[in-house]
Amino acid sequence: MQASNYSLSGEKSQALQTLQKIGIALFIIGLIGMYMAFDRSGSRRFIWMLASSLTTYLGSIFFTHTADKNVGRKLVYGTAINKASLIFASIGFISIMCAQFGLKIIKPNTYLWLIFSSLSIAIYLQIKDKYQNHTAGIKNHDVWHRSLTGRGILGWAAGILFTIFYIQLYIKSDPFPTLVSVFDPLSELFRGKASDKWFVYGTFYTFAILGLGIKFIYKYRHNRYQLIRTLVVIFSQLVMAYFIPNIMEALQFNGVSTADGYLGYYTANPIESWPLNYDAYYSYVLEAHAVKAYQPLGMAYLFWGILLFLVVTPVVTYYVGKRWYCSWFCGCGGLAETAGDPFRHLSDKSTKAWNIERWVIHSIMVFVLIMTVGVLWTYVAGKEFSISFITLDKHLLFGLISVPLLTAIVLTSMYLRKNKHRFLTVGLIVMIMVFAFFVFAYIFGVKNAFVLNSTDLKNWYGFFVGTAFSGVIGVGFYPILGNRVWCRFGCPMAGYMGLIQRFKSRFRITTNGGQCISCGNCSTYCEQGIDVRAYAQKGQNIVRASCVGCGICSAVCPRGVLKLENGPEDERIKSAPNLIGLLEQK
Amino acid sequence: MQEHVVIIGNGISGITAARHIRKNSNRAITVISKESKYFFSRTALMYVYMGHMRFRDTQPYENHFWEKNRIDLVHDEVLSIDYDKKCLRLKSGRDISYNKLVLATGSSPNKFPWPGVDAIGVQGLYSKQDLEELEAKSSSMKKAVIVGGGLIGIELAEMLLSRNIEVHFLVREEKFWSGVLPDEDAQLVMKHISKHHGLTMHYGTELEEIRTNSSNEVVGIRTKDGLESDCDFVGLTVGVHPQVSFLKDSQLEIDKGILINEYLETNISDVYAIGDCAQHRQAPEGRRPIEQVWYTGRMMGETLAKTICGVKTKYLPGPWFNSAKFFDLEYQTYGQILPQIKENEERFVWQHPNEDLLLHFAFDKNSKTFLGVNTYGIRLRHEVCDHWLRKNSSIHEVLENFSSANFDPEFYKTFEAEIVQEFNQKYNATLQLSKAKWWLKILQAQ
Repeated sequence: MQASNYSLSGEKSQALQTLQKIGIALFIIGLIGMYMAFDRSGSRRFIWMLASSLTTYLGSIFFTHTADKNVGRKLVYGTAINKASLIFASIGFISIMCAQFGLKIIKPNTYLWLIFSSLSIAIYLQIKDKYQNHTAGIKNHDVWHRSLTGRGILGWAAGILFTIFYIQLYIKSDPFPTLVSVFDPLSELFRGKASDKWFVYGTFYTFAILGLGIKFIYKYRHNRYQLIRTLVVIFSQLVMAYFIPNIMEALQFNGVSTADGYLGYYTANPIESWPLNYDAYYSYVLEAHAVKAYQPLGMAYLFWGILLFLVVTPVVTYYVGKRWYCSWFCGCGGLAETAGDPFRHLSDKSTKAWNIERWVIHSIMVFVLIMTVGVLWTYVAGKEFSISFITLDKHLLFGLISVPLLTAIVLTSMYLRKNKHRFLTVGLIVMIMVFAFFVFAYIFGVKNAFVLNSTDLKNWYGFFVGTAFSGVIGVGFYPILGNRVWCRFGCPMAGYMGLIQRFKSRFRITTNGGQCISCGNCSTYCEQGIDVRAYAQKGQNIVRASCVGCGICSAVCPRGVLKLENGPEDERIKSAPNLIGLLEQK
Repeated sequence: MQEHVVIIGNGISGITAARHIRKNSNRAITVISKESKYFFSRTALMYVYMGHMRFRDTQPYENHFWEKNRIDLVHDEVLSIDYDKKCLRLKSGRDISYNKLVLATGSSPNKFPWPGVDAIGVQGLYSKQDLEELEAKSSSMKKAVIVGGGLIGIELAEMLLSRNIEVHFLVREEKFWSGVLPDEDAQLVMKHISKHHGLTMHYGTELEEIRTNSSNEVVGIRTKDGLESDCDFVGLTVGVHPQVSFLKDSQLEIDKGILINEYLETNISDVYAIGDCAQHRQAPEGRRPIEQVWYTGRMMGETLAKTICGVKTKYLPGPWFNSAKFFDLEYQTYGQILPQIKENEERFVWQHPNEDLLLHFAFDKNSKTFLGVNTYGIRLRHEVCDHWLRKNSSIHEVLENFSSANFDPEFYKTFEAEIVQEFNQKYNATLQLSKAKWWLKILQAQ
């Protein structure tokens, strides 16, 4: 092999394997730390959260250290336009910092102008530098060589910064008070009231989708699917997620503070559906919908939300796949497709990751369902919902449950000794755990062991799924794990539509006969970690629950092999008959 | 004991054969490669260089796949084969005996005897080792000369341009890839290529000599018409030839490649050859004796697996197809479109007035039978084109149903109406474009 710093094979040495093990240990310690942060309050909670997420990060660094080393050479960064772009980006960032630390040198309005105009110019110059001198087409040059997009130091730094920001945002009630006040004029303009952290966040979020969406359009300017899709993404964020809710607040149809106190708030983005919008049926949200001053829109939103979930989603997903939501209208998807686009290749394509994906996303679906039933029960019954599996104090009742359970455990394990069966194995583990709980409860006389209580469920879901997963990991880890971690592993809405897409839908990605050359661009650039090539090289159509239909696999394919389309369900999953040339010999 | 199948070469042909033998049988399988332990996609090496992908992304199967499927991988070089004793000698000194032997050794870049051709800084682009060599040289490379005029040459040019290296491309013929592309097609490709900064094309220019310094490094080139140019790299992309040198001087019959019959059998029993290294004694209909493309390797591998597993199967590749990409211009071809128009042939070419889009149809003058289509910038559906070619559809049927063959992404502009209109004008015909049908219906309505 050539003596060069360019290592193609990336074979794992012993040292790297040790690092990997340390990484896994740190990762787990970090997660435990996050769990413990949950019990803390105030600044202690923040410090716990910060320390544990940094530990998680460190673990991830070691864990992914086996990734191939980047090319040891200087990349062409030095263009004047690129430098100018960085200068403008710095002006924008410094302005944000000045505003945050209360440097009242200039007026809030001037700050707003300064921040958004300099960031816009920076994005414009990036577009110019990156794509203007290139012909229209796929130009993923040096994506893996660059530090920011190739999991280099810059990528890690960006990931850590994002994460710190998100922890602040979610955990502190007012993390950036002075920056928030800078946004007062804009908030007054839209909503007729003072700004708050979510208004600031929403404004930056919308700006990112708008600015980086335009960058995305320019990058894929030869591709009309990407053009139209991204225009809808921008429209959906700007109008549905930003203007409509803010204007509704201004018109006093939502989120009003009165002399008698806060009248409540519901999510006014007409496209944000339960279960992604997991608090849609919390009692205070339901009550907000019913507030007299908010009528008729309050109730209309409630019914539309139910219709959206029960009718619109399954029907539209049947006809076009889940892409209509995930990569066209959804706000999370919108950010992933625009700001997250430079990180899409970082998703893990291994079968191991696919297994984890299926377990995690479906568990969260079950979780959100139980949680919502719980809070609805609380609302309807007017009392705390709690299922306790043991309220047994009579020996007879305990015997009635434990004896059959024990018999089932023994029989199942006898069967499993001879035969392998994955579902039965899982079932056995669950049964043993339940039995252990029973025994524990019986011995210690606990009447309400193994309790599901709606308030706890709600808090747990809000913290672990709503905050930690969709917020902190979902966006904070873009430069590390790719741009769709939340959508792929966590989002219960995506999981719900995924089941429809997999089993009852007209959508598929068609493979073009025998044209595939197994190059792997499609798999590399699949943000959902689907090994597209595995299907394409066999001439098989791609029908996968997790596909969000972004269309990038089709765009990056050098041989015109992939096409997203809707068609009859018959032969949706088929293999190309003439791929192998044996057609006439059957 | 299970029959032992030994496959020399872990490219697409050898690996496809191994995978399908495993699918159909329980035979012991060993795959030997001197290039790399694990199968990777050669076609993606350019994307590794350009930073679109990592090397491991070019490997279509995860490393645990091979053990799970009981396919034994040996990273070693075969030195000699004893066909009588059915035994291989490896470089490491190990001997491996076989019951069935599959030769899938691939090809090597051509080198012609130009002065200086063995200098440091002169290379082809075929193997993983070639890529590593190129990468090592790239950090100091300023100006490169590419000799060739085909697909690998244009890929190499794109690669080097991505590193801001100035590229001069010498093409012996007056037009690009003129052995394959008809005139209109070549003109379009040349127009497209010329849009790329840093690339200078020299058509009708032949390499005379590669100039070297005292330490045998490339310093420049001279062409036959006297053009002199300094450069620190020369890329040779003047085709490939079957990699069979280590098999020569034995009872195995070799012409340019290993000679095989329609069952992919060589002249020695239980020895087969597939992929780039194989040469058909009698080429399949509409095909050349040696076809060094990705999918023929795959087809041969799959066909041979059937034979080896007891169902003797003929190699029938069907109508010719292929695809490529010249920078941003996608090209697909279905059927026979040769640069020279045959006597009974009529050609119909449609070109977009300003975009790089072109369709080149061939059909029979008298019977109007559709013979093939080249397409640039518009994707076509393989199944539908293949179906029309197999059942000898007329050009009229093809054009009237052309919307159903479109494979461009959704929302793309379509040009079928313009194409049919132009055809009607040119041939005074009255074809009516049908609406796009679901394409499977086209296939079923025999």
